[in-house]
Amino acid sequence: MADIPVPAPSFAFSEVLDRIRRSAEYVVIPLLALAASAVLFSVFLLFLGKNPIDFYSLVWRGGFGTSFSWQNTLVRASPLILAGLCVAIPARLGMVVIGGEGALVLGGFAAAVIAIPMVAWSPAPLTLLMMMIAAMAVGGIWIGFVGYLRHYRGINETISSLLLSYIAVSILNFFVEGALRDPSDPNKPSTMPIGPDTMIGAIPGTSVHWGLVAGIIACIATWVLMNRTTFGFAARITGGNVRAAMAQGLPVGRLVLVSTALAGACAGLAGFFEVAAIHGKANASLIAGYGFTGILVSFLARHNPLAIIPVAIFLGGIDAAGGLVQRRMELPDATVQVLQGLMFLVLLVSETLYGRFSIFKAKGA
Amino acid sequence: MLHSMINRRALLKGTGAGALALGSGLMSLPARAAGLTIGILYVGPRDDFGWNQAHAVAAAALKEVPDVTVVEEENVPETISVAQSMESMISLDGANLIFATSFGYYNPFMVDMAKKYPDVQFRHAAPLWVDGDPTNAGSYFGQLDQAHYVDGIAAGLCTKTNKLGFVAAKPIGTVLRNINSFAMGVKKVNPAATVQVIFTGEWSMPVREAEAANALVDAGCDVLTCHVDGPKVVIETAEGRGVMSCGHNASQAPLAPKGFITGAEYKWETIYKDYAAKLAAGEALPNFIGGGFDLDFVQNTPYGAAATPEAIAAADTARADVKAGKPIFVGPLKKQDGSVLVAEGASLDNYAPELNGTDYLIEGVVGSIT
Repeated sequence: MADIPVPAPSFAFSEVLDRIRRSAEYVVIPLLALAASAVLFSVFLLFLGKNPIDFYSLVWRGGFGTSFSWQNTLVRASPLILAGLCVAIPARLGMVVIGGEGALVLGGFAAAVIAIPMVAWSPAPLTLLMMMIAAMAVGGIWIGFVGYLRHYRGINETISSLLLSYIAVSILNFFVEGALRDPSDPNKPSTMPIGPDTMIGAIPGTSVHWGLVAGIIACIATWVLMNRTTFGFAARITGGNVRAAMAQGLPVGRLVLVSTALAGACAGLAGFFEVAAIHGKANASLIAGYGFTGILVSFLARHNPLAIIPVAIFLGGIDAAGGLVQRRMELPDATVQVLQGLMFLVLLVSETLYGRFSIFKAKGA
Repeated sequence: MLHSMINRRALLKGTGAGALALGSGLMSLPARAAGLTIGILYVGPRDDFGWNQAHAVAAAALKEVPDVTVVEEENVPETISVAQSMESMISLDGANLIFATSFGYYNPFMVDMAKKYPDVQFRHAAPLWVDGDPTNAGSYFGQLDQAHYVDGIAAGLCTKTNKLGFVAAKPIGTVLRNINSFAMGVKKVNPAATVQVIFTGEWSMPVREAEAANALVDAGCDVLTCHVDGPKVVIETAEGRGVMSCGHNASQAPLAPKGFITGAEYKWETIYKDYAAKLAAGEALPNFIGGGFDLDFVQNTPYGAAATPEAIAAADTARADVKAGKPIFVGPLKKQDGSVLVAEGASLDNYAPELNGTDYLIEGVVGSIT
């Protein structure tokens, strides 16, 4: 996205009004887009002979209507936040990395593997720390490698990250079904479990694990990095025009490598929480598609790290409500995917509307 | 930057408020049912012509029972979604009994939920429950290899090339046992025949399943069967290539009007209806139950056009024999590597515990586990 330079702080009333006016564009257009997709989806439901009002009230109830629904939503949102960051950070440099799934899977795998020799003697916090470091390092190297290929070998990062994610899945399957397989579980190939004592519990009083908190912290940290540091400034210049950045003498290669590595570390961290907070071991359940849903999250958030949080919660809520919709309205599971697809499509189309309404133009501009 | 941040938040608040207005204005939610509510989770689509469909067919039968409400959720991945969906069924639908139908649902998800909701019954469709696990949890499973054995009897009498093909997912215990039982059926009626196996390595990998099916037909097999989650591709490929087929998990008879012989199907309906009746009567549910033809947990698909009268007669007899407890694995029997599995004159009981850990193929099966 193109960032509008924020004018120097001034408290003149007209400037504040202008600011609100310009901001309003970014509120009203997505809202209209969501409303339009809801209307389109209602037509779809009517064709199926279902009542759209029933549908939306169920989505509300299943996703946000009760305290249980909120927990359900937040649990589902947690991996999406970190997976979304894996797309959003390179996007600031103009790169479209869609292979976060691979970093997530390998990060989780690395966490499980490093824990195997440690659980016997190491205190749980140390094991968890090492697992986290291993997951972030492996994830960082994985997507960092994508950045390396892009900058030093001119290989398209979208293609290479996607293909690498298939390699990552194969690496996991190879070891989990081979050398690192827990022999006590004959039917679901998995690594040795880290054991209940090592696992991270839920946030007290809820069923939500700490991955949510880690994700929110990571989003805030990324926002600060990208908007309040010279590194972020340089990254955004590079994203805006890489030739201009090079002409300015910015270390483009380093920026690309660091950003992609950070992105991969976020996805790896998501994998760590999948292992340490949910599964307690690495197996094919890690390949759940969070990395790919993260692409949707990041694009809907326009690659803004802070916007990723509510967008992930929003999508988590729709996902959480999907089950209730299936059960009560006897609609197939794909129904919710149709809704998500419609929202994505209409939001993308709505991008063309920015700057077309004079009402949002600043008077002084 | 700052602008888009503000607007996203506002956006979500806005939609939230909108949805709230909708929800509170029109509370037309279906009411919670008074009787028994049973929740069923599937790992894939309900109409996959396979594992999930076998459960969905039983769920549909369960819906006919008075005072029973069935709530279903399909495509629930083996992640934290399992726990969330179960909890949603319990807290929003008031489910009293949960059937978790995929292997990876058990530990940690179902076990955790059983601990958290001690008043709700949880049952899982694989033999995983052990003493020490929550007592409101349990396992139920069908011994499908008995039905595969009957398939093998029928297929062994239908084949003309004496080569039969088996498309298998992963070389794990249950799959290997089904292959061996199918081969035992074939060998019993047609000692000259061989069973050729190709593993795809995945529970659901339609492209590789089609490749494997084609390769087996190219190798001369004229009957195909399989153990994959959704047998649709294998059966359709067999029909398309003009060879015969035997089904797996659910009925694939409609997919092969010309070449279908019979199939090995689960009959979960028996268990589901029994559990519903027990709960309605206030009786306790068993923690661990498994069976085959003897308990009516498995069945064979009605014979298709390719089944010869001779095959039908032999298969019917074999089914009655297994139902009466006659063993499938009868000596002398060797493993693929030549070592003795069952000595001459001896046999393995159909529920022998060592069969659960099957990690070999028997002699007469062509194909490698590794």
